[in-house]
Amino acid sequence: MNFRIISALVLRYLFLYTRSPMRLVELVFWPVVDLVVWGNVTVFIQRNTNPAFGNEILFLLGAMILWDIMFRAQQGVAISFLEDVWTRNLLNVFVAPVRATEYVSATFIVGMLRITVTAVVLSLISWFGYSFNIFQLEWWLIPFFANLMLFGWSLGMISTALILRWGQAAESLAWAIPFFFQPVVAVFYPVQDMPAWSQPIAWCFPPTYIFEGMRDVMKTGTMKWDYLWYAAALNIVFMALAGWLFLWILNLTRKRGLLTKFATQ
Amino acid sequence: MPAPDAREIILEARDLTREFDGVKALDRFSFQLHRGEVLGLLGANGAGKTTAMNCLLGLTLPTSGDIFAFGLPLQKHRIAILQRANFSSAYTALPGNLLVGQNLIVFAKIYGVREPKKKIAELMELLEISHLAKRVTGQLSAGESTRVNLVKAFLNDPELLMLDEPTASLDPDIADKVRKVVRKVQRERNIGILYTSHNMRDIEEVCDRVIFLHKGKIVCEGTPTDIVAQSSSATLEDVFIKIARDGEIIDEPQKDKAP
Repeated sequence: MNFRIISALVLRYLFLYTRSPMRLVELVFWPVVDLVVWGNVTVFIQRNTNPAFGNEILFLLGAMILWDIMFRAQQGVAISFLEDVWTRNLLNVFVAPVRATEYVSATFIVGMLRITVTAVVLSLISWFGYSFNIFQLEWWLIPFFANLMLFGWSLGMISTALILRWGQAAESLAWAIPFFFQPVVAVFYPVQDMPAWSQPIAWCFPPTYIFEGMRDVMKTGTMKWDYLWYAAALNIVFMALAGWLFLWILNLTRKRGLLTKFATQ
Repeated sequence: MPAPDAREIILEARDLTREFDGVKALDRFSFQLHRGEVLGLLGANGAGKTTAMNCLLGLTLPTSGDIFAFGLPLQKHRIAILQRANFSSAYTALPGNLLVGQNLIVFAKIYGVREPKKKIAELMELLEISHLAKRVTGQLSAGESTRVNLVKAFLNDPELLMLDEPTASLDPDIADKVRKVVRKVQRERNIGILYTSHNMRDIEEVCDRVIFLHKGKIVCEGTPTDIVAQSSSATLEDVFIKIARDGEIIDEPQKDKAP
């Protein structure tokens, strides 16, 4: 891995964001829309239920913010790749001395930067608009962010691999893939309230442990350490599988001669 | 028989075959490119030029055969080889939403160019596009865009350069300037260039030697003058048309008379 090359690729994305203010708006606009909708729903429920549940329901805002962390991490990888496709730059990158691992690492970093921007904006709005302080999660926030980011990166690699294989026809997967997982990873409701058949499926994915953990921390101030270990271990498995899938499909596109068709279409 | 070229071989294909769904786009294609030589790869659409170029860049894997650059097998040493090579095509673009200078800085950093700003300024001056540094890449004309791509291609002082139709869609004036600059830089730096074009003026002016491909196979090779002399055609363009239509360079009756 060559860090000079990774930093050059990250620089290219930073130039892109400074040259295209609309991309910065996109980083903030949809998360803010989501936050306002969920914030208003939370306020509505709080006013029309008993105080204990009303207090508890605040986890919806925490869930929304953490979900967005994962989503932005996935987008950082998938959209960065699509930027190269849209600008017909992919061939220039693949004929430069850039390893696939360096390319993917640069998209990870872009994902992290996107998360930072989104998280800061959402934290401020949720605090000032809805009196919800995400930092009540204290130090737990760090492993929560890290695990969700890792899962987002895995999904980003899977999305990129599928787009590489099926071309621009599969572009919508860049946005859709995280939402395939949303119903089963217990973002806005506890696992125990999900249908019995879906509960074992939920526990197969790292975010489930994080969202369950977040609700525990908000309720009791602590959570089961086991949850963090399971999430981390599953993330290692998902990262390895996603990385393998990406490299396998990249090699497949080279074997089938699809890479150049895709890069110049 | 021409004397073998004593210069170092910097790119070599040995029996390169590439099939797509059972159809051979390249069929036992072999060639050598020497340091300081400009080799033209010619052929009609579908003759196998682009497939060959893609295989040589490692973008497409050959079905069989071997590629060596600087004496190293491409499959194993792709990154090290690409560090010493570069590529420019009329069919790729640098990101249109960035400034020209930004695009070039990114690639200069990727290639690890020392004093990248100075290097970019020198090359832009050479290609007479210094005034474009602050322009948005996507708003450049075809001629400007081609020259920016060439700056990118020369950034790392490549020893091996692959140019895919560099003068496509350029007006005769700009095409002439591009040819002259390519030749000048190539001679000054002793670069080996693999050059594809459908413009025979390009080929005659730039290439030391050419290879004609037809249906993935080499039909003939030699200097442009030799090839015209060997054929029953008056110009290289006529040879091109003849090969594209008949797959050979000599008319049937003349072929019978040939020793």
